[in-house]
Amino acid sequence: MTVKKFSTAVASAALVAAMAMPAAAEVDFTGKTIEWVIPFSETGGSAKWANFFAPLLAAELPGNPTVVVKFMPGAGSTKGANWFQEQTHEDGTLLFGSSGSTQFPYLLNDPRVMYEYNDWIPVMASGTGGVAYLNAEDGALFDGTANQLQDTGFIYGSQGATRLDLVPLLAWEMLGMDVEPVFGIKGRGDGRLMFERGEANIDYQTTSGYLGGSSALVDAGDAVAMMSWGALDADGNIVRDPTFPDMPTFKEVCEATDGCETEGDAWDAWKAFFVAGFPVQKLAFLPQGTPDEYVDVYSAAFEAVVNRPDFAEISAARVGEYEVFTGAATGGALATATAVPDSAKEFVLTWLKDAYGVELN
Amino acid sequence: MEIFATALPALGDAWSLILQPIVLAYLLLGVVMGLAVGVFPGLGGIAGLSLLLPFMFGMEPVYGLALMIGMVAVVPTSDTFASVLMGIPGSSASQATVLDGFPMAKNGQAARALAAAFSSSLFGGLIGAAFLTIFILIARPIVLAFGLPEMLMVTILGLSMVAVLAGRVPLKGLAAAGLGMMIGTIGIADAGGSLRMASYDYPYLTDGLKLVIVGLGIFAIPEIVSLLRQDRSISKNAKLGAGWADGVRDWFANKWLSLRCSLIGVLVGIIPGLGGSVVDWIAYGHSVQTTKDKSNFGKGEVRGVIGPESSNNAKEGGGLVPTLLFGIPGSGSMAIFIGAIALLGSGDIEVGPNMLKDNLDITYSIVWLLALANVFGTILCIALSGGIARLTTIRFTYLAPFLFMLISFAAFQSGQNFEDLLALFVIGLIGIFLRRFDWSRPAFLIGFVLSEPVEKFSNQAYQIASFKFRRGFDQGMEYIFSPIVIVLVVVTVISVFFGIRQAKSIMAEGDVQSGSKRAPLVFLLAITAYLLVAVLNANAIPDFNMTDKIVPLVVGGIALGCCVIMLIQMMMRPEGNVIFADKETAGEDAEAPYGLWGTLAWLAGLIIGTYFVGFILALVAFFLSFFRIRAGASWGLTVVLTLAGLSLICVMAGALNRDFPPGLLQDAVDLPWPLK
Repeated sequence: MTVKKFSTAVASAALVAAMAMPAAAEVDFTGKTIEWVIPFSETGGSAKWANFFAPLLAAELPGNPTVVVKFMPGAGSTKGANWFQEQTHEDGTLLFGSSGSTQFPYLLNDPRVMYEYNDWIPVMASGTGGVAYLNAEDGALFDGTANQLQDTGFIYGSQGATRLDLVPLLAWEMLGMDVEPVFGIKGRGDGRLMFERGEANIDYQTTSGYLGGSSALVDAGDAVAMMSWGALDADGNIVRDPTFPDMPTFKEVCEATDGCETEGDAWDAWKAFFVAGFPVQKLAFLPQGTPDEYVDVYSAAFEAVVNRPDFAEISAARVGEYEVFTGAATGGALATATAVPDSAKEFVLTWLKDAYGVELN
Repeated sequence: MEIFATALPALGDAWSLILQPIVLAYLLLGVVMGLAVGVFPGLGGIAGLSLLLPFMFGMEPVYGLALMIGMVAVVPTSDTFASVLMGIPGSSASQATVLDGFPMAKNGQAARALAAAFSSSLFGGLIGAAFLTIFILIARPIVLAFGLPEMLMVTILGLSMVAVLAGRVPLKGLAAAGLGMMIGTIGIADAGGSLRMASYDYPYLTDGLKLVIVGLGIFAIPEIVSLLRQDRSISKNAKLGAGWADGVRDWFANKWLSLRCSLIGVLVGIIPGLGGSVVDWIAYGHSVQTTKDKSNFGKGEVRGVIGPESSNNAKEGGGLVPTLLFGIPGSGSMAIFIGAIALLGSGDIEVGPNMLKDNLDITYSIVWLLALANVFGTILCIALSGGIARLTTIRFTYLAPFLFMLISFAAFQSGQNFEDLLALFVIGLIGIFLRRFDWSRPAFLIGFVLSEPVEKFSNQAYQIASFKFRRGFDQGMEYIFSPIVIVLVVVTVISVFFGIRQAKSIMAEGDVQSGSKRAPLVFLLAITAYLLVAVLNANAIPDFNMTDKIVPLVVGGIALGCCVIMLIQMMMRPEGNVIFADKETAGEDAEAPYGLWGTLAWLAGLIIGTYFVGFILALVAFFLSFFRIRAGASWGLTVVLTLAGLSLICVMAGALNRDFPPGLLQDAVDLPWPLK
């Protein structure tokens, strides 16, 4: 490197720094308390997610503020989201976390929804995967296709057809499987327990739930892994879940199974809701009207969290193998998560009504 | 046997982990914090644990565990203060304690009741830990044996305690339980999502009513209002009769009852999804059934305190089994506990099936930290009980504003809506009338608490059973009539049979005199009308959502039937019959110097004030006017007490990072905390 090039580099670096400096200098959270509002109770997955990120975020924000997680549960998270819709920027100390359970009612035009995702400013997004598995007896009939599973009666412990469970239920239906959901369980852990007791014979768990409890069943031969939901590549195609590279995706199983199509209304609807529920499951938002310098500070802080050398290790152990989007990628993630074509919505609403008698209006 | 060979060294490791001075110091810190949180009704372990969470990240695992367990373990111990001294059920674990604990306080035996309760808690906690040490190794298949039919039967066993607590007119008790269940069904149905007695236009009711609010409304408000009307101290003669040593002796005299109830606590505690909601009622029912002279229950029988208190700490130990072995939390605080464990250390302690294999020493540390926390907590509580019991000798008018403040705050914390306060008031009104007309309040509360599990388990068990029957008759029968179910059915039948025979001698409201027909009849008509509307409302749910309507229809139908029979009885029977029981006819309430509505207006005033200017400002006005006008205190005393109340609530809420109910003023203007 010549002296001239070097000095240009220094100068441009200084310039970049100078341009970045005022913004960063203006935002200082010293002595402040940042409230991260979660529209769920203290006991759910979103609470775990926010509690994991809160101290890491505090360490990276200018002035090292205290980040506290506040809970505002109610009406399937629509209460908290409706509240957040009313908030506007004050001093940058409010952060909101949403989850697939907040996204789905929004996408399905639930009458309780009075919030608009596009008004909010995303600063971080993270996703997960999911795995479906069968009991040992029926699992023996699984040969990479669902062809031999179509005559078996299945029972599945479900939290409700309009929740994330929509994704597995629709997938099984597309495979021609006869799965009867038992509604009203309180969490996927209860579903797994029902499976372990032999009351249910099919189940699905998110990545962390599967690794934490179900993979042991599979290893012991008490259960047979069937498929993962897959993951999205950069072009929006469904590929194998990096956490489960040896497991076929639903797409592969569907292609191999007679009568299951990976195109058409049903597939489009499934894919749209899968994307909204899994690869971009949880998002952190700043309220509408937040000035750019605050957005930048939060984006940078979340980016710094993700770039910690030990991030992969600590996040895997504590919240599961989530893919985390920060900075510019967050906006794209939000767009993917909320861009469900009307035809897919229509398809799902009709299917919910026909299959489960669920009407949202 | 192989597993026991690894268990002993692990147990030794666990003890060497626990018995470090710094671990004990953390445990003690947790215990002290837990006691402080626990005496506040309605907050419980969840609030405390959430407070600790930020510090758990990367903390040395055993220190973090000591801190958290210290906090969780003592909440069911310290909430006894509120149940016994004030008649406020601090949490679902201490509801049955109110039934006899509070009457003891009224009889001037507060210290004795507290000491008996704490000794039982301690014993229950230790028995629970000892039992778990062995049991946790073999618990997995047993937990898995409890399927939906078994859980349904345990819930029904809990519900059958209504028979014991129904009061003098069994139909009234049954109707009260039915009403409680119907109120428990309000909101969005879990199974099919239908709305029951609720509308999306008033979103508050769609989530249903919270247990905290119903518990406070049914037990605490009627007692507070009644005492306030009488303008006396909680203890009748403003004196403390027996001391804490008597309570310990009471416990020792009933050690076998305490042992049995502890085992009930552990066993019910290990069933995931049932948690604490039934265990104290089953223990109370057991205490009643095994006592020869039942005439004192409801009036201050110490066995009625020992039973539930022995079971509720043991239950915390039992609750560790589903939490640690399956990663399925038995309660809200356990759910946070699981989340917090993942934050500890390098994050490699993973709660779930591998806990016994990989982390048996940590598992045992948890079990015995829990036991040790119970010891610390109990000793502290007993030491405090003599002093705190003196509260019962103070003129109640000076206590009441603090209690109104605490229960309003607790109610608001359950949902953070202004409507929480309104719901508290309305349920309180129902509670006042249930008490006045001698409808069993415990039966109402049991119905409310068990409404959701009964509905959930019966729907799910029915669905799975029909699935199994379709596969084969044998499979179906095997599923429904497992040995555990048969045993539970037998126990329930016996318990109902004896319960009905004994119910007449157990008068939870004391000996209520009967009066004229009019007031009891009006109340019965109001209840009948509500039940009718609720049943019609459930009937309007479309048939494809049968899961959402069947339970309200059946339960509401039975309750309505009871009401109709009572209406006929009221027409046939003469005035003065036991069915016309009315506390306003004779006794403490009838002779009280203050009227019901004037007294209740104070609470209404606080709530209305909150609606306009927010909680803290309304509280200032409420305190000042109450002490000046109602209590007739001097200005100096008024100001001192007001400041004391305000600082108490602000310090507590500030430490726990809680907000107060905002009013219209706060909508218009931005104010700093705590005014915001």
